[in-house]
Amino acid sequence: MQQDWINALVGGAIIGVSVSLMLLWNGRVTGISGIINGAISPVKGDTGWRVLFIVGLFLGGLTIKIVNPSAFSGALATDMWTKVVAGLLVGFGTLLGSGCTSGHGICGISRMSPRSLVATLVFVGSGMAAVAVFKQMGVLP
Amino acid sequence: MKTNLAALVVGFIFAIGLGVSGMTQPEKVVGFLDLFGNWDPSLIFVMIGGIVVHFVTYKLIRNRKSPLFSKEWHVPTKKEITPALVIGGVLFGAGWGLGGYCPGPAVTSLASFDAAPFVFVVSMLTGMGLFRLFDKKVTIKK
Repeated sequence: MQQDWINALVGGAIIGVSVSLMLLWNGRVTGISGIINGAISPVKGDTGWRVLFIVGLFLGGLTIKIVNPSAFSGALATDMWTKVVAGLLVGFGTLLGSGCTSGHGICGISRMSPRSLVATLVFVGSGMAAVAVFKQMGVLP
Repeated sequence: MKTNLAALVVGFIFAIGLGVSGMTQPEKVVGFLDLFGNWDPSLIFVMIGGIVVHFVTYKLIRNRKSPLFSKEWHVPTKKEITPALVIGGVLFGAGWGLGGYCPGPAVTSLASFDAAPFVFVVSMLTGMGLFRLFDKKVTIKK
């Protein structure tokens, strides 16, 4: 348990360093939903860095897979349709709400954006309510 | 060119942070959101770690006139709390709890070559496409 807390803190600090580099180098917020959305709806001259950011995420993922594949354990025992609905909600919701855990939760709160603070409280609260309800319904184990 | 390379490096480091933190384990994410059940609060430290670092660096970096590889800052300046912000957060939170993935960990987990993150990411992209159709038809203040 304590090791989990340390891992979370160290991992969070690494994420903090990465978003700081994005700001220092490119002057941008590292909001992953926004970066993905911009990558799939190309605007001239604004696509390359987004695609390469996603490639970077994937290469990081490959490194994790090689060094410590257990970081990808803990799959949810739910059926495929549940994952489909989850993905649809995340895709639609992050664009409607202008951001996700990275853009609002880390970058936005760090610069004390009131919008990001509200968004983060809402999606964490909604996530907690959803887990309670879906467990009750038997959708989540 | 430099901005592209910078983004690649940032993406890589970000993914490593996600893997170290536990955010790429859906059961752990659901455990964090399971406040009324078997709550595992450890992932709150991901936010704390990230915010403590970036709170300090944000101020230092914004003291500069401009970023290193770009002429200007591209940081959001909106202040208004809109219905779209709140409703979007509700929908995203529900999907996060149901799937155990937010966008970054989902994309990173594609490298596991498991089916679950693949199905999730394809559905997420579809959800984004649906939003863009919706956004064309309905004028909403974001």
